Amino acid sequence: MKITRKRFLQLSGLSLIALAARKIVRGAVNTATVESTKAIRWGMAIDLEKCRQKEGCNGCIKACHSAHNVPQFADRAHEVKWIWKQPFEDVFPFAQTQYTRDVNAGHPVLLMCNHCDDPPCIDVCPVDATWRTDDGVVTIDFHRCIGCRYCMAACPYGSRSFNWQDPRPAIPTLNPDFPTRTKGVVEKCNFCEERLAKRLAPVCVEACEEKALVFGDLEQPDSEIRKLLRSRFAVQRKPELGTGPSVYYLI
Amino acid sequence: MSTFEKTLVGSRRYWLWIACLLLLALAGFLCYLRQLAQGLVITGLSRDVSWGLYVAQFTFFVGIAASAVTVVLPYYLHDCKQFVRVTILGELLAISAVTMAVLFILVDLGQPARILNILLHPQPQSVMFWDMIALSGYLLLNIVIATGALNAEHEHVSPSGWIRTLSIVSIPWAISIHTVTAFLYSGLPGRTYWLTAILAPRFLASAFSSGPALLILLCVVTRRLTAFDVGREAIHKLAVIVAYATAINLFFVLTEVFTAFYSEIPEHESSFEYLFVGAGGDYHLVPWMWISFLLSLIALTLLLVPRWRSDMRLLVIACFCVFFSIWLEKGLGLIIGGFVPSPLGAITRYTPTLPEWGIVCGIWAIGALMTTAFYRITFSIWEES
Repeated sequence: MKITRKRFLQLSGLSLIALAARKIVRGAVNTATVESTKAIRWGMAIDLEKCRQKEGCNGCIKACHSAHNVPQFADRAHEVKWIWKQPFEDVFPFAQTQYTRDVNAGHPVLLMCNHCDDPPCIDVCPVDATWRTDDGVVTIDFHRCIGCRYCMAACPYGSRSFNWQDPRPAIPTLNPDFPTRTKGVVEKCNFCEERLAKRLAPVCVEACEEKALVFGDLEQPDSEIRKLLRSRFAVQRKPELGTGPSVYYLI
Repeated sequence: MSTFEKTLVGSRRYWLWIACLLLLALAGFLCYLRQLAQGLVITGLSRDVSWGLYVAQFTFFVGIAASAVTVVLPYYLHDCKQFVRVTILGELLAISAVTMAVLFILVDLGQPARILNILLHPQPQSVMFWDMIALSGYLLLNIVIATGALNAEHEHVSPSGWIRTLSIVSIPWAISIHTVTAFLYSGLPGRTYWLTAILAPRFLASAFSSGPALLILLCVVTRRLTAFDVGREAIHKLAVIVAYATAINLFFVLTEVFTAFYSEIPEHESSFEYLFVGAGGDYHLVPWMWISFLLSLIALTLLLVPRWRSDMRLLVIACFCVFFSIWLEKGLGLIIGGFVPSPLGAITRYTPTLPEWGIVCGIWAIGALMTTAFYRITFSIWEES
């Protein structure tokens, strides 16, 4: 059979459509299976009262930053931090009136990535370098990130840090089990994904002697964290934005 | 003589200008090499103010690029004969402006070598993906349209029909590039200064006033330096467009101020307060924001009175005021205002560093070089005909 140019173009067009259709069908099937296995949603509850028991305690922060090779820069402008403390009134500016402020004012609140249910940082990433795992952890691919910092503008909690310079010289003691980063990429708390894979609790939870941090599966009605959230008054940061943080503060 | 060769012919003054620009571009490139080696630490950016001059300049030049529509639309849709020449100049300016915008994004990246990830892992839910499509499409459209129109003039024939079709396509496309650029900011939940539906209309208004203002200035300068004139009527028509757009832009800004300060919602007031009265002991942007506002008012007054608007000297002053005013508002204040106060209420001072200005000047020089070369070619084609 002699193939004309018109016939050739028709055939190639049809094959392209067939290929695309196969991809779309496969994609649909894949998302369906992901949906059905989505059973875990990791979350954390921070007991503010227990957290402030030992004044000046930085155990969780130190443990996290040394486990994850977080560089220590002196100047505030270029600092990289995964977990840190900030005064109550900065974190919950409208939670208190001028008459009741004294109760919590000045007390530090522990901050980290909220691992939102619907994270704005993920929507904006132009290269899919940050995504939410099946168990609700918002994570970053340090090798794919192009350093546009759109996610930093999108995060309403200020949870993301950028490597303005080479972080490696500023790592006090290197942990060979966790990757270091290059300059020009964004990083943040990963809920100790690497430990969760080994069925271990996050390192900050383990480091807290006061047991102020409770980690668990928010989808399990009988988990410790769910019991706590049922019995105590808990708040999230900026719930009105609809991001659905997985980090709760017990007041 | 080929088109490229036309750029190599010029007076001493022309070559001096080219040499200055090349020198600036080289200086910018050296600063950029330093940034590549040390990282963005050499800029004034910080964890709290993570976007600054680069992204603000990107936004400003997307506006300049989009403003080509202010000459394309009257010429192609309303058959505004006076714009026959200034339309080509506007389209050529758009090519330089889009290139500058893309360069500003490139120098802002922490890992520029990975830029192709945007194509390898396209993310349709990211506005940046759509901005890339809008900008590259617009660049392509303008290159094709401008070269098509210039070739037609060169051959002494009227432009082919498809050039006209593409020009009409470029009208909504121009609106789209600036709308999508506004959506980069106005869809972010935690940045109340940007979280406003009027951001895209405001961007368009400020673009349609700063863009034609720049075009008028360029026409006046080229008339002085070369024998070439786009015609008084074209300039007067452009001046009317600048007048309308400046008024609309000012109106949009004031509606924002009303909503923020009449509702008295602290989050909506805080960035305006930081920019216009200062906060947390930091007042360094306050004079600039007021200068921007006053320049807009002066420009509007000069542009509204027909007698003043038709006085070429006053018009030049007005256009300069508009351009500088919007450069301050959009090329500086808009981005910083989105980051201060930070989500945790911190007031962080951002001042661009010397190498940062160097890189910005370098990109400006590249834009000026491109525009000079384009206009040079255009003028020599016009001189022949």
